[in-house]
This record gives sequence, structure tokens and C-alpha cells, in this order.
Amino acid sequence: MIPAAFSYIRANTVDEAVAALAQHEDAKVLAGGHSLIPALKLRLAQPRTLIDISRLSDLNYIHERNGRVMIGAMTTHYQIESSAFLHERCPLLPQLAAQIGDVQVRNRGTIGGSLVHADPAADWPAAILALEADLELAGPGGRRIVKASDFFVEMMQSAVQPNEVLCEIRVPVTGPTVAYAKFAQKASGFAIAGVAAVVEPKGKWVRVGITGVASKAYRATAVENALRGEELTEAAITAAAEHASDEIETLNDIHASAEFRAHLAIVNTRRALLAAAAE
Amino acid sequence: MKRVEDPRLIQGLATYVDDLVLPGLLQAALLRSPYAHARINSIKTDAARAVAGVVAVLVGADVNKACGAVPCAALMPDQKAPVHTVLASDRVYFVGHPVAVVVAIDRYAARDALELIEVDYEPLPVVSDPEKALEKDSPLTHPALGTNLAFTWTLANGNVDAAFAQADRVVRQRMVHQRLIPMAIEPRGCVASWHNGEQSLTLWTSTQIPHLVRTLLPGMIGVPENKIRIVAPEVGGGFGSKLNLYAEEALCSHLAMRLGAPVKWIESRRENAAATIHGRDQIGEYEVAVKRDGTVLAIKARSIADIGAYNQLLTPAIPTLTGSMLSGCYKLKAVRMDLMGVYTNKMATDAYRGAGRPEATYTIERLMDLIAGELKLDRVKIRQKNFPKPSEFPFNTATGLTYDSGNYQGALKKAQELSGWDKLLKQQAAARKSGRLFGVGLSTYVEICALGPSKMMAAGGWEWGCVRMEMSGKVTVITGATPHGQGQETSFAQIAADKLGVPIEDIVVMRGDTAVAHYGRDTYGSRATVIGGTALLMCMDKIIAKARRFAAHLLGTKEKNIEFKEGRFVVRGNGKKSVDWKTLSAESYVAKNLPPNFEPGLEASSFFEPPNCTYPFGTHIVAVELDGETGEVEIVKYVGVDDCGPQINPLLVEGQLQGGIAHSLGQALFERAVYDENGQLLTGEFMDYAMPRAKDVPEYILSNTVTPSPSNPMGIKGCGEAGTIGATPAIANAVLDALGPLGVRHLDLPFTPEKLWRAIHRKNG
Repeated sequence: MIPAAFSYIRANTVDEAVAALAQHEDAKVLAGGHSLIPALKLRLAQPRTLIDISRLSDLNYIHERNGRVMIGAMTTHYQIESSAFLHERCPLLPQLAAQIGDVQVRNRGTIGGSLVHADPAADWPAAILALEADLELAGPGGRRIVKASDFFVEMMQSAVQPNEVLCEIRVPVTGPTVAYAKFAQKASGFAIAGVAAVVEPKGKWVRVGITGVASKAYRATAVENALRGEELTEAAITAAAEHASDEIETLNDIHASAEFRAHLAIVNTRRALLAAAAE
Repeated sequence: MKRVEDPRLIQGLATYVDDLVLPGLLQAALLRSPYAHARINSIKTDAARAVAGVVAVLVGADVNKACGAVPCAALMPDQKAPVHTVLASDRVYFVGHPVAVVVAIDRYAARDALELIEVDYEPLPVVSDPEKALEKDSPLTHPALGTNLAFTWTLANGNVDAAFAQADRVVRQRMVHQRLIPMAIEPRGCVASWHNGEQSLTLWTSTQIPHLVRTLLPGMIGVPENKIRIVAPEVGGGFGSKLNLYAEEALCSHLAMRLGAPVKWIESRRENAAATIHGRDQIGEYEVAVKRDGTVLAIKARSIADIGAYNQLLTPAIPTLTGSMLSGCYKLKAVRMDLMGVYTNKMATDAYRGAGRPEATYTIERLMDLIAGELKLDRVKIRQKNFPKPSEFPFNTATGLTYDSGNYQGALKKAQELSGWDKLLKQQAAARKSGRLFGVGLSTYVEICALGPSKMMAAGGWEWGCVRMEMSGKVTVITGATPHGQGQETSFAQIAADKLGVPIEDIVVMRGDTAVAHYGRDTYGSRATVIGGTALLMCMDKIIAKARRFAAHLLGTKEKNIEFKEGRFVVRGNGKKSVDWKTLSAESYVAKNLPPNFEPGLEASSFFEPPNCTYPFGTHIVAVELDGETGEVEIVKYVGVDDCGPQINPLLVEGQLQGGIAHSLGQALFERAVYDENGQLLTGEFMDYAMPRAKDVPEYILSNTVTPSPSNPMGIKGCGEAGTIGATPAIANAVLDALGPLGVRHLDLPFTPEKLWRAIHRKNG
């Protein structure tokens, strides 16, 4: 549990962080540290340089701009969980945040750090996909926006390039018709099947994001298509949820077989949609 | 009475091994095998030696001769056993097997150097499954032994064949007692310091057994016992996993001697999971002979115990405890257990909370439910029918033990009342009607504690204590038991305060340092309070007798006229003439006015040799509801009624029970050590090994009955393992009761969601 040697830079602004990334080869950005520090201790990650952005206050905020909710990437899970503003304007996020890890993890871990890490069993990707979030990145060439659907590239790989920093997560204002249903891996607390559902208030459409089931989080488009324009009855939701892992290669490990994961995806899709529709 | 040790523990003021800093302290780190079985063709250490700050890089050939072999105190007659060197010689036998050690000026240099050691391993066939290990064409864990069968052991009491001949029915079940990882929150670690002038060694180590380490270490490193001081400072959890002498303790001692500098080694979590002993891991085929009316006649067991690659201190003895307790609370005529100990390329198993007894209780309590099911009898009545009556104690069991005292009916009745048993069954009937999976389970258990009379222990089963009235009137209590979180700093102070009539604030309890507590047999098997507490009582009897004589002298009267009450020695019939401890203590050390032939001072030490073990018992009742879609288990109600005799400190007893039940909950629902067919440990960290968390623990309804033990003057029985032993079968029986209507007869633990989901939906795994 002893990391290899690295040099350390504290960035005071996003620009400093981007500049440091440009200067140092094989550098890693340190946010809340809840994925990176264990990887360092186990020497699974051995970057030459750590660029610490954990005190970047200009990336720690939650506010509304032009009818969209803007969240700084360094906002902690707990800040989201406890935000009265978000409970009002985008309740899926605090509902999900409350189910991440434990109190210690939520107190220190950040939404941005989690997203960039792109763990296939992390919770946030489900909501980011279901909310069709936009993600703003800063790099040497300035800022760019990546759509949620393009953000998760592969297992443990996001669209954020080695010379970029995730700055902001933008999500729509929603009503209360949202829900996150999670089946957690008992030891780690990560999702074996985490399903975020966003239901249009009049029931014209639904959006479903699923994490933990496959090598990266995905939109359950077959479920969404099945319910498009349908009345959201229990029977319709139950039938549609059956398609939660259609054409998905489900993960298989000692904690849940592929078959059980696929089943849990269906169960939690139904539960999340029913809960969202009931609001 | 709150625990006096808690403020320092809660406030972070306690000293654990890793808190120790000595001048010139070096850090050791171990390179461990990534293979379960491999030949070591070569080890290159040049690059590691060249790392700045590295003092030494040593391999087996460098140290094994000087460090001797890790001892096992429980080898069976004729057991084939490998020599357990501290570092691997020419082969590695399990993942985590130490291969080389680096000593450096700090942990960073040591860890960097580990990466640069090049070992050329030639992987060899791996033995991972203990049943397959016994097949003819199986590869061998230790080819040099020529077999994977470590030993066979048979317990045969009573006429089993006759009992089975009389049976109306034979109930059979195979059960797997899964391997568990103790996962103490503080991993192991030690600091060794060699005093060259005195040629003596001090070893601080995170252990339950500093005295046994002092007894055994000379056999490894050759330093005589009276030149070794072992200190167990604060210990952050043991549960049996620190009831051992480990290779690293001898290795660090040797390194300190060899390098002339103190050496620290602290285990990482991954090392702890892979290379500290594991628990349980038995597979049994059980048969019970029963009469139609539910009378249980006899049990036959054919069991395999997975030893792992090496015998640690007590490894072979643990599964034999299962045999000894196999008849549980019941009046059987005969018991037979045929046990095979089997070597596999895995970490050694040894004592883990309950140590062989949980397997026994789980087995018999599952069997009682299966018998009730097959005979269509009430599971409570069938238990009552087979209990000995309270008047039948001391009760000789079919396994050859003598249970000291018991009232199993009383604990069962109280638990039924507290749980609202009949109401629970009605609740269950209603739930079942609406298609819900609701189960009610119970276990009536008895366990063996206060280990034990010396005749059954390898190196004595007594305990030692010393009580000293200081000159100031303060009291120092020294125990040879080594409490490490159980709370005897509090309960022993209570015993002393009651007996001596002094304020509890004036008492200090010392333990865990062989330079202070000269002799002891330490803490395991729920023995510390029963045996260690009694030794202290004996000390205080001696001191009071001496003080009475001294008081008579000071008060100018005869000894028989002195009455001792509430901390004062009073002249009978004249309450004004008295002397207190403060005066007596001061005068006894000033020693200017002593009776003739009277030794100065007020101090006494004693050894207590227990005449028997104690046998606490109780009933646990659990109600559960299952989520049929996800296989998750919710504990709806938990009731435990335990009888550990009179309680010195009910808060400590409750704490022990709560912790023990949490261990059970883990075993029943989450925990399992998983090795794959290559002997790789797949559950080697907290990310994969599921321990119960605070939110998993239900609200307990705990109560007790009080049946004193005749084996010690306080009548106490011990309570350290009751929760772990009583709760697992109760939870298992409740979950299987929930699945009963689906035709599920038995499932092995742990009841993971996927396992239950497959059972509910009859899907094969």
C-alpha cells in the first residue's frame, strides 16, 4: 500500500491545470482521490506527476443558467446529495448521490472525478445518460462540449483526453418524475445494476441509463422505444423493462453472473420507471 | 459501567504497533508469491539492493536456517507435515507465500526495491479443491509428502451402528462450511528490537498471545525465553487470526539481531487477506438416526477439513472441536466423526471466532430442522424433546464431554416469549398467503468456553494473575490473559473493586507485556474472564488474609476478631476501631511495625487451573423476508437469549454478542473466501470480500437467563463466541424456512442474492 514516487503540482486555476498537463508527460489529475489514491497505493497507477485540482474552488458550484443546471466538476457527492436547489430542480442527482459508497466516500469524492474515471460500475453515468447531460472539457485548445452519449468510450476510459480537464456538467431542469434504482455489490458498494429513469411528466417519453451491467454505462434504447407514446401503466412498464439489456454484453464476475446481472437490469428498470412515473 | 479503555480508543490516543517509533528503526517488506504452486528457479536481488536506502535483501537460503520452522502445537500422531520455513526455499505453496524480504530505511524504499526483485517461477499444478485433492490422479500440494492427506482423525463414542439399526429414519445432508477471512481491521505487524549488550530481544507484535509467543519463539530463533520480552500493545481485532506465531514475527526478530537495528513490519490489507490464517472450510456428509417420534439417536459425519498449505499453531485441532460439539444441546446415544485433513495450495486455516464450534452448531441445528421437516414434527418440540433436563447436569455428552450446567428449556422459552413466536408464525402464514417469502428460524446452541483444563491444552490451560496494593493504597491488577478489546480492563477492575471494597478509579489493570505480566496463557476461546478473573480472585483472597493478620496486629487484637467489610478491617463489635487499605498498604511497605515473621508488602500472585470448561448456551430466533426478485434478505426480527452465567458487566456481554452476531450475519449472508482453480485469491481485499456494515446489522433484542457454572467461584461462563455460534444457524434456518414452500431443502452459506434468486426460480448456477 505504498505508492511509487511521483512529483506533485497543485493547480490553482483550470488554466494552470491544463498548462501543467501540457508540460508534464505521464501526468494524472487528482480530484477527490477516491479512485486514484487506491490505484496509486496498489501501484496499479504509477504516474510521474500528480496535478492536484482538489482545491479548485472555481469548479465547485451548483447553479442554474439559461434554464440549465450547471454543476462544477469538483462538486462532491455530498454537496449534490444535500443540495436543496437540486432537490427542487434536478432531483435525480441528489437521489443518486445518496446511494454512492458511504458517507466518507461521498464527503470527499467528486462527480467530475468519478465521471472521468469511467468505472463501468460507478453510479453517475446512469444519471448523466438518462439526463442527456453535456460535459464541458478544458484543454490546450480551449473548451469543448461532449454529449453524454459520447462521453463513455470504453471500460475505464472516458472522452477526456490526457491533456484535458473536465470542468462542468450541464443537465436539464426536471420535475420530480425521476428515480434511481440500484442493486449494489455487497463488498464495494458499486452498482451491479444501477438504473436511472427520467420520465416526461405527461408520460410521452422516458429515458433510461444503466450502469454496472456492461463494460460501459448505456442508454436502454429498446426500453425507451417500447414506451414511446405509450401510457405508462404498470403492465406497459413491466413489458418494456424486459428489454433492459437487449443486445448488451453483460459483465460476469464472482459477484454476479451475466444472467443475474441481466435479470437485475430488468428488475431495476421496472422499479425505477414505476417509481419515477408514480411521482 | 462503561468501558474504561474506550476514551483512548475512541480519541485515537491508543498505541498500536504501527504507532511505535524507535531510533534507527528500519522497515521490512515482503515479496510474496503470485503463484499458488511453483518452483523457484532463481531469484535476482542485485537491482533491489541498489535502491537508495535499502539495507538488506534476503531470501530463504539467507534466513531459514537461523529462523527455524513455524511451529504447530496440534499435529496429529503420524501426521505428514511440511517444514514451514519463514521464507520459501525452492518452491512456493500458496499465493502470498513470502519469498524474499527487503529491509530499508523507509517503507517507500522497501516497496520500490520489492518491485526490482526478479524471481523466475516455474508454475506447477495447483491443488485448490480439497475433495479433488483426494482423488487418485490429483496433483500434490507438497509433492515431497507423497499425498494430500494430512491426517485422519476419528471420534467414536457410543454404539453408532446399534443406534442406526434402531432408527426409524435416517436423515442425510451434505453441508459446506465455507472458508472465511477474519479481516481484523488492524492487520498484523511487529517491531523487533535487539539489545546487544544484554543479548535480549523485545518484540512488539499485534497478537492475542504474547505469552505463548514467548514460549514458542525460542524454538525458532534460539534466544532463551528469559531473554525475550513480548509486548502486545493495543490490538485492533484478532478473532483468532492473531492466535498464532507467524513467520514474520520470527523473521523480524532475526533481522533485528542480524542488522543490529530495530525492524518494523506492517502487513498490508492484501497481505492480510492472503497470508493471515483463514477460518472454517470444512465439507461434511452428515447422517442422523432418528425415531419416528423425533428422538435423535446418533450422528455420523464424514468430514474434510481444508488445511491449506501449512499447519499453523492449532490448524489440525480446529475441525476436531467440531466433532466434540456435534451433539449440540441434545441427548444422543452415539456420535461418530471421520475427519480427513487435506493439504491444498491455499493459506492455512486455523482458529477463527468460534474455531470449529460454529461448524458443529450449524450442522446439528440445520439437521434438527431437516429432521422436523422430514418427520413433519414441530421444530421447537423436537428440540425440547431431545434436551437434557436441568437436573441432568453435569451432563455427559455422546461426544465425551461433560457439560457443566444448563437450562436449555428456559432460554428457549424466554426467546419464544421475547420474539412473540406464535405471532411471528401467524405473520408468516399471512405473508405466505399473499405470496411473500417470509421465514422464521431458530437455533438452540451450546458452546464450549473457558479453554481449558491443562489436560486438554498443549502448553497449559491455567491462567495467572497478580494483585498489588501499592504504597499509596492504589491497586494494580496484572493479568496473564491478554484482553485486546474485549473489555477486561473494565470487568477485572470491577471484580477487584467489589472484592477489595476500593473505588474503581483507584484500580489499574495491566496486561499484554511479558515483562509486566510474567506468565499467562492469553486470550482465546472465551477464557480470559472465567480463568483469568478467577486467578485474580485467588490473589485477592491471599491479600485479604494477609491484610487481616496485619490489621489485627495494628489494632492490637486477634485475627479472628477482625472483620473485613467495604474496604475496611474492623474490630468485630467495635466499629470505631478499624484500619483501611491506605493505612495498611503504607504501613506494609514502610515496614517499621510489622508482626513477627511478616513479609513487607501486600502483593499476591496466583495460577488458576480450571477443573472443566464451561458451556454457555442460548436460543436465537430470527425472522426474515426475502425479495423474490433480487434474492436479498431483510432481517425483520432478531432475538437472542444467551446464558453465560452471572454477568460481571452486562454492557460488555451485550457488546460481545452484538459483534458476534454481526460476524454470523457476514458468514450467513455475504462472506466467502474465493480461490479459483489456479489457487488465486479472488476476494483479497475489501472491494471483493463482503463484510457486514453498520446498516446491515438489524436491531437486536437481546436478553439472558442465568445458570451459574460450578467450575469457578463466580459461576461465569464466557461470552466471546456465543453470538458467532448461535446466530449463523438461526439465520440459515430462517432463510431456508422462507424457501420451504418452494421445495428448497438446503442451501450452503453464504446466502448471496444470486444463490437465493436461483433457488427461488429453480435456475442452475
